[in-house]
Amino acid sequence: MTTPATSLTERVSPIDAGAHVVAAHFLGRTPVLALADGTVIISEPGNETRIPAHEEAAILCAASSGSTLFTGGDDGRVVAITATGAITQLAHEKGRWIDAITARADGAIAWAAGKNLSARDAKGEVKTWIAPTTPRGLSFMPKGYRIAASHYNGVSLWFPNAAAAPELLDWKGSHLDVTTSPDGRFVVSSMQENSLHGWRVADKADMRMTGYPAKIRSWSWSHDGNWLATSGAEASVIWPFQAKGGPMGQSPRECGVREFKVSQVAFHPKALILAIGYEDGWIILVRLTDGSEILARSTQNSKEAVTALNWDASGRQLLFGTQDGHAGVLSLPI
Amino acid sequence: MTALPPLSETKIPVTVLTGYLGAGKTTLLNRILTEPHGKKFAVIVNEFGEIGIDNDLVVGADEEVFEMNNGCICCTVRGDLIRIIEGLMKRKGKFDAIIVETTGLADPAPVAQTFFVDADVGNAARLDAVVTVADAKWLAARLKDAPEAKNQIAFADVILLNKTDLVSPAELREVEARIRAINPYAKLHKTVNCAVPLDAVLGKNAFDLERILEIEPDFLNAEDHDHDHHHGHDHDHDHHHHGLKHYHDEDMQSVAIKYDGEVNPEKFMPWINDLTQAEGPSILRCKGILAFKDEPKRFVFQGVHMILDGDLQREWRADEKRDCKLVFIGRDLKEDLIRDGFQKCVA
Repeated sequence: MTTPATSLTERVSPIDAGAHVVAAHFLGRTPVLALADGTVIISEPGNETRIPAHEEAAILCAASSGSTLFTGGDDGRVVAITATGAITQLAHEKGRWIDAITARADGAIAWAAGKNLSARDAKGEVKTWIAPTTPRGLSFMPKGYRIAASHYNGVSLWFPNAAAAPELLDWKGSHLDVTTSPDGRFVVSSMQENSLHGWRVADKADMRMTGYPAKIRSWSWSHDGNWLATSGAEASVIWPFQAKGGPMGQSPRECGVREFKVSQVAFHPKALILAIGYEDGWIILVRLTDGSEILARSTQNSKEAVTALNWDASGRQLLFGTQDGHAGVLSLPI
Repeated sequence: MTALPPLSETKIPVTVLTGYLGAGKTTLLNRILTEPHGKKFAVIVNEFGEIGIDNDLVVGADEEVFEMNNGCICCTVRGDLIRIIEGLMKRKGKFDAIIVETTGLADPAPVAQTFFVDADVGNAARLDAVVTVADAKWLAARLKDAPEAKNQIAFADVILLNKTDLVSPAELREVEARIRAINPYAKLHKTVNCAVPLDAVLGKNAFDLERILEIEPDFLNAEDHDHDHHHGHDHDHDHHHHGLKHYHDEDMQSVAIKYDGEVNPEKFMPWINDLTQAEGPSILRCKGILAFKDEPKRFVFQGVHMILDGDLQREWRADEKRDCKLVFIGRDLKEDLIRDGFQKCVA
């Protein structure tokens, strides 16, 4: 066969997750899946371990430090799981849901349960702040021990170790998820009205990124920090952030145009290659430099959305999971 | 491979329970949860403690209301509901229906609007009905001093007039008439301890265009006597009809229109859109079935404040009279404006 290498679908090793995949991360080189039915799957090749991390409960959110997966459940528990399958309960907020969670490389995490926002540093010390309304998104800022929390009418920037009140980036409306640019200059939130709102942290200058047909629930920064790829449209809309004003006054790029909406995006950790997952279960890799596309997953019987998508640190493997319990690892031929 | 049904196959029905403090909402909720029906419910409550039922998911809510940034001042939604329903969908298949219990002071509109405004919620769940529990002994007083109580009556698809054992038959007729002055089309059940068959409050499909007005056989009957010769207010009338006293609430009314003929869709559609945009803040609910000229199918619409939902539905049957029925419920409704506006749409 001498057909051009336009498809990588043969290079996917499937994982039968069996339930809605909430998150998919590599812990080191080990693929790990967090499922809505409360299970965490550690998927070593040829040796799959299923851990009932949240028994009789649902995993609502999950985040990875790179070596540990942190899950939040509707049982009010925050659980840490390592690649060896060791599990530790870090918190139990009785009668509440863990609505959001975030983690960073040193093992510090933050989670929200109702209006209570808690931060646990790498040593295990927990600090709590009560947000004005329920935070739906959390993100560590790259500099200092500081957390961005999105809620109604803005984003709060909180130093857990400082007594001062969090700084508010205000904008009216319901803010869902929040992310910070890798250089710390910009904070971006996704909004109920199918748009993004951005602030330049230095002067709180506002920027609005609109035109999406659906909510933006997945985004990814390029390795060089110059681009923010987003879901929520029938292509990944990719905003330029290299200029002083970020995307202000600039047009975004659109990659991977199809007749189905993008549900997940993940930038390659070393190159300007974007993995795009769609609401019909397809996954495409796009090279930003020339817009060329390679198919990584197509579906015929299943039409359920890609709900989790992440690269390993080397950029050789891509892990995905879908709403209807399919998952897999794509190994690149490099 | 595990074969899971596609999520779009079924939408989870959502029943909203409202009622002023002490009317008996929790009694109704406990009744729903304990009857031997074999169904599992996810219950979204504002306060824990009073219910504690095994096998049912109980979720605490904060009743966080926010305004949409869409230029529509009355377009408020419950952000916590959006978040909770998104979370509950991860447990899909483990429960059959959702019940949202609101606080006694809550306005039902933001709850209802959440289902029309948020696409993710709308894809996952459907609003089944707003059920309001009213206290037979105290409702009349609450209607005077608590605007929330009036909103809850005006908004309801089903009303349980509860604690009827605490009032005399005359008092009961009186409070029923007060309710009918505000909301003439809700299904009304008179109860003691909220004892009603569950199918009286669940599975009503009250927001399903297919079912609109078919579930309300009494619709408009009360107004039939004056539909085509009386366009003015009749505040001073205090006459008896179907054995029921007629009241007219000072600030919350309904305007019912029945027209024995067809309307021109080219005129009606812009009119109803403009009307609900301009008068949306005062119109709590509206519904209608219309005969469009040269259109074999019935046009059905409903609205909550400024949010309108309408579609052509089944064909008119040969034995049916092609006519138009509309009802608006709201605060300080401009009845003349509504009636005159409609009249200009007739074909």
